[in-house]
Amino acid sequence: MHTVVLENVVKTHGQVVAVDDVTLSIKSGEFFSILGPSGSGKTTILRLIAGLDVPDSGTITLQQRIVNADPPHVRPVNMVFQHYALFPHMTVFENIAFGLRMHRQSRQDIREAVEEMVALVRLKGKTQRFPAQLSGGEQQRVALARALVNRPVVLLLDEPLAALDQQLRQDMQAELKRLQQEVNATFICVTHQQDEALMLSDRLGVMHRGTLLQVGTPQEIYEQPVSSTVAKFIGLSNSLSGMVTRTENNFCWIQAEAFPTVMARCPEGGVEHGSATVMVRPERLHISVDGPVNGYENTFPAIVHHVVFHGNEMFYQFRLRNDAIWTARVPIAGTHARPLVPGQSVYLQWAAHDGLVLSS
Amino acid sequence: MIHLPSHSLPLPLKCSFWAAALLLIVFFLFPLLVVFGVSLASRGLYGGVEWVGTLENYRRLADPLLGMIFLRSILFASMTTLVCALVGFPLAYAVARVSQRWQLVFLTLVMIPFWTNFLVRTYAWILILRADGVFNSLLIQLGVQSEPLSLLFTDFAVGIGLVYGYLPFMVLPLIVAIERIPPQLEEAAYDLYASMGGMFRHVILPLSKPGFIAGGVLVFIPSLGAFITPYLLGGGQKMLIGTLIQQEFLISRDWPFGSALSFGLMGIVLMLGFVVSRTFLGRSAR
Ligand SMILES: Nc1ncnc2c1ncn2[C@@H]1O[C@H](COP(=O)(O)OP(=O)(O)OP(=O)(O)O)[C@@H](O)[C@H]1O
Ligand SMILES: [Mg+2]
Repeated sequence: MHTVVLENVVKTHGQVVAVDDVTLSIKSGEFFSILGPSGSGKTTILRLIAGLDVPDSGTITLQQRIVNADPPHVRPVNMVFQHYALFPHMTVFENIAFGLRMHRQSRQDIREAVEEMVALVRLKGKTQRFPAQLSGGEQQRVALARALVNRPVVLLLDEPLAALDQQLRQDMQAELKRLQQEVNATFICVTHQQDEALMLSDRLGVMHRGTLLQVGTPQEIYEQPVSSTVAKFIGLSNSLSGMVTRTENNFCWIQAEAFPTVMARCPEGGVEHGSATVMVRPERLHISVDGPVNGYENTFPAIVHHVVFHGNEMFYQFRLRNDAIWTARVPIAGTHARPLVPGQSVYLQWAAHDGLVLSS
Repeated sequence: MIHLPSHSLPLPLKCSFWAAALLLIVFFLFPLLVVFGVSLASRGLYGGVEWVGTLENYRRLADPLLGMIFLRSILFASMTTLVCALVGFPLAYAVARVSQRWQLVFLTLVMIPFWTNFLVRTYAWILILRADGVFNSLLIQLGVQSEPLSLLFTDFAVGIGLVYGYLPFMVLPLIVAIERIPPQLEEAAYDLYASMGGMFRHVILPLSKPGFIAGGVLVFIPSLGAFITPYLLGGGQKMLIGTLIQQEFLISRDWPFGSALSFGLMGIVLMLGFVVSRTFLGRSAR
């Protein structure tokens, strides 16, 4: 069953088309992330669902009911704002109780619901403080509790972890996932942290300049991006442009200037002849120091350009013949006893099924 | 909360503190002391000041007639403050929430009255309110009223004049307070099921409190001591404390008693301020 359905939704701010013909269905109980660069319209989508913005055209359906004309306070949806928007003159308790008070619930019910929620977000003993007396992570949890206590059908989160430092963000990611499973609500979460989106979401959508480029599970999007824009946005990727010369059995052959013919997977829907881009993930590259080895369809000579130590793995940057820079990720425990040094000549090798052709 | 300058303060701050203190002493404390001195003297035969140390003037304050005047003045000032708050709040909210360009226009409109003399503006109200004035002609022309209403020289006229005169002092602090409230808090309230009324009651009004307090003080105190408006628009029929003090100084030439009255007024302001701050500021001790 779909809780939230957007059909051909358009929203403009003067000249700017913030959301451009977006169609999207979100399933009940799903953790859905919207990922995209700054200004791509992510916040606007959340505001449209919450009722804080009204679409120029298209329909928004919540639980099989068109809600285009409903003001925010009648929608069974709550939002966690980017900078929390906690009420500074209310205590933690009063902040969390706000929605229930507006719903005119009894004092007893409010107290019980708030206490339950306070336990859930681990804020016991801090309910009489004011927001200014809380740390960033605590404020964030108050914002979550204030929305969740209303048992919304859909919880909208606008970059809920953006203001937190790395360590806290990781803790809160786990917390978010736990909360979602515990309350069993639909979460729609905006982020521009790709690792966060890949980790948390059941499915995610990638936005770019107001349009939704692709929707799918993290794995689908990582392994089968529909375009190089998506591929570049999700995870690191290496790319090479050329012309498609032949397709056969879901494989394509690509001719790039100054390179031998490249063989790679075709995308789901096939590919037209003409210009295209080959994309290879950094962890799929094999580095051969002493000449090419067998078992890989593609081999590029390359020069080591830059070496970055990344804790448990090494990041190598290579310069190809066309001066493009490619990146490879190699676990430290891997086969390379001797780390590579800049200037060294090597061969980058990769199997045909590890490369993906995207029409550009 | 007042922090006296500690020795660790940087030099510029120290200098400005002492400059402020000096200004206060010269322009505020010193005149106050002079007035206090006069209040302990007695009126000479021909209106001069005879320097005899006496509490006679303060004893005269206990007159029940004076009590009535004080009470009436407090009532007028309270009503003025209340009406200014009621009228000023929607105005301030609108100014605080429109776009930058309109904000300038609105602010200018609020400030324009300050560009002309207060006396002139009060005379303008006489022209509007009197029997053959603008307001009555309008009512008669529209057929709402066949006889002109007698508006001038009433409490109503005094009230209008006071509200008109002091409204900007309420509106400006309110604008500042409301502008500081992030619009996102309003959205959060709506998102949490508040209606528009609920949003104002639970978010905007409580967060505008600093504006109401500053505006209230700025309106209440001068309207308590106002004398031009009650004199011109009220025809001096009902005595208010401001008009009385003015009379003591300029007409009866009883400076010592006028000074004692001024101190009585100050005492009342301080007392009311204390009571009000106790009741309204108690909770948000932050
Ligand atoms: N109130 C507004 N008035 C004018 N333009 C707006 C308004 N709100 C958003 N926009 C524009 O609409 C576009 C989409 O904005 P939106 O806030 O949805 O982006 P976003 O994806 O959330 O970006 P970010 O990651 O920076 O938060 C942007 O180009 C922005 O400038
Ligand atoms: Mg945003």
